[in-house]
Amino acid sequence: MNVPKEIEAEIDERITHYPVSKRSAALPVLHSLQEHFGYVTEEAVEWVAAKLDLEPINILELVTFYPGFRQSAPGKYHIRVCRTLSCAMEGSYELMEKLCQEAKIDRSEVSHHHPIAVSEDGKFSIEFAECLASCGTGPVCLVNDDFHEAVEPAKADKLLKQYD
Amino acid sequence: MSEANDKVNVQIDGEWHQFPKGTRMIEACRLAGKEIPHYCYHPKLSSPGNCRMCLVEMGMPPRPRPGEDPPKPDKDGHLPIQWIPRPAISCANTIAEGMGIRTDSQLTNECRHGVMEFLLINHPLDCPICDQAGECRLQEFSVEFGTGGSRFREKKVKKPKNVDIGPRIRLDDERCIMCSRCIRFCQEVADDDVLGFTDRGSHTVLGVHPGKELSNNYGLNTVDICPVGALTSNDFRFQMRVWFLKETNSICTSCGRGCNIIAGAREDKLYRLTPRDNNEVNSSWMCDYGRLNFHFLTSEARLTDPMILEHRAHRIARWSEAVGRAAEKLKEFDASKIAIIASGRMTNEELFMARRLGETLGIEKIAIVPRSGEADDYLVSADKNPNTRGARLILGKKVDKQLKEIAAGVKKGTITALIALDENLLKCGFEEDTLKKLDLLISSHILANPTASLSHVVFPSTATVAEKRGTMINRTGRLQRLNQAIDPPGQAMDLWEILRDLAQALGGSNGVYLLEDVFKLMAGTIKEFEGLSLGKIGDQGLPLLKPKESIPLLERERERIEKGIIVG
Ligand code: SF4
Ligand code: SF4
Ligand code: FES
Repeated sequence: MNVPKEIEAEIDERITHYPVSKRSAALPVLHSLQEHFGYVTEEAVEWVAAKLDLEPINILELVTFYPGFRQSAPGKYHIRVCRTLSCAMEGSYELMEKLCQEAKIDRSEVSHHHPIAVSEDGKFSIEFAECLASCGTGPVCLVNDDFHEAVEPAKADKLLKQYD
Repeated sequence: MSEANDKVNVQIDGEWHQFPKGTRMIEACRLAGKEIPHYCYHPKLSSPGNCRMCLVEMGMPPRPRPGEDPPKPDKDGHLPIQWIPRPAISCANTIAEGMGIRTDSQLTNECRHGVMEFLLINHPLDCPICDQAGECRLQEFSVEFGTGGSRFREKKVKKPKNVDIGPRIRLDDERCIMCSRCIRFCQEVADDDVLGFTDRGSHTVLGVHPGKELSNNYGLNTVDICPVGALTSNDFRFQMRVWFLKETNSICTSCGRGCNIIAGAREDKLYRLTPRDNNEVNSSWMCDYGRLNFHFLTSEARLTDPMILEHRAHRIARWSEAVGRAAEKLKEFDASKIAIIASGRMTNEELFMARRLGETLGIEKIAIVPRSGEADDYLVSADKNPNTRGARLILGKKVDKQLKEIAAGVKKGTITALIALDENLLKCGFEEDTLKKLDLLISSHILANPTASLSHVVFPSTATVAEKRGTMINRTGRLQRLNQAIDPPGQAMDLWEILRDLAQALGGSNGVYLLEDVFKLMAGTIKEFEGLSLGKIGDQGLPLLKPKESIPLLERERERIEKGIIVG
């Protein structure tokens, strides 16, 4: 795996914030790598483990626990639709369906272990997320780092158009 | 006063007890005769408190509010207890002065019911085909604390089954109750951090990191401590229902450590060895090598009958005939021409009988075959003989050096008769051609081998593992007992019996009939054994000689006990 010098420098700097135990730097380091590569590969897991003097399983445990870490490549725009109770009641499942239709994403292969589906052209990817902390304004979703509230399923196409 | 200070008063189910400061609640209850059900807690591992099975109702003396009178002690000096509506885990919490614990209250029982119900939601309930059935904590606590029926109508989560996580261990993830004992064992005891939980949540999966395996020499201990049938031993799975196993306390004889074990056998077949707690020897663990080193007992090469060489071929003989022949032949030799090769795998009693035979005949050359290998940084000793220290004590320190002299004597022709006890001479410095020069070679063996083929008289002997009684002294000088779990095959006998019969045939009856007689004689002859008997040694052994080495695994465990990380 090729970690660019400046990313590694950033990572090394982040590790210095945890003088007592390097282990505590695992999350920030993983974020740095995901930001750069888009997702956390198996190689990245091993790279981080070596960096922090840990065993790879220690890192894999984290990566598979936090839904924020992806283990497969997302599209250019990664959409996360909240499906927790309030949003579900406000129509987040419908929203998911509409978004998939519009972006031509096939979710039939999605499972607990492979939550992300990517559009044919690789432009969009999508997954369900748990509470995004805006229960009063459901359904909500994130597109990369942009937060969208009260997204009407019928207007899914409009939302996607913003990312042309 | 100071003694009173180190003790803490705790009420358990209405009765007051005193325990040392720092005692875990669960251990205090155990000492008071109240077993608290638990899964994740293991006294030799850290306590993450993750299973919640050990929840109990707990209380403390009330703290007076400002202006309120302090609570009054009763006539025995105990303060009243204010019960706390929230249960507490008893495994990771320590007792405090005046604490009350209820192990059988409504709250406690409801907690146990609840935890059991959750644990069983996704459990496959395949007890009929599960190896753990019969010694499964989940099964046992279901009987005691389960509801008998399930309210779960949804689909169970599917998880990986029959996963090869290493050369000796198989994992059924659906049976795993996520107690993390195996993970902690690998991290804390075996220093081989390969196990972990991925996809934590309702899909939590225990496993090894892709491309890694659980292959360290202590891995099978995880199978023992797994409270359910998630981890099974490839060697034992589907071989025998555990409730049919007759369990015998003994020791491992695959190296000088002498790990304490339980031998599980049925109808004279040994099915498994598992470690038995002994905090002076092996803690609660044993190495995989020693654990699995018993399959030779049923080898095709097993000798089952005495044999006599006649017309260049061996024929099966009756026991008395073989003994008679050996004795008769031995009488033809001057004692200075005879040597004995004993073994560091013999019990003290057998070594003592070898010494007696030597004394009866006046034989001065007696040796054992040293077996050294590598020690690990855990339990395995560099001495691959289980009883080197016993041999040195009983036969004298010279036994180490004499092997070479005897080999040279045979070569030169100054030694013409050899008695070899459970050792294959071709593997310890003797050559086939020189052995052929011997006028008499008497040997005993467990398995057929080239030395047996060259012998004039061959006795079939029993294996130290599970087939005989006796004692050995391990590397740290501890005198420990071997017990017999199974009957040996055919006419095979313990070496002390073979030597007893031989000595009798040579010198007449000597009052030795039972193993106890041998021990008594030994206790009367060798001062270290003075005052001892087989019964006095007990299941945990006795320190007899000065320890010559320390046990790395135990040292580290003691440190962890000191730091309060583990109970020990
Ligand atoms: S495999 Fe066994 S020991 Fe390991 S976490 Fe699961 S239940 Fe516990
Ligand atoms: S360390 Fe030695 S005595 Fe213990 S189990 Fe292994 S071989 Fe047997
Ligand atoms: S034994 Fe598991 S929480 Fe106490």
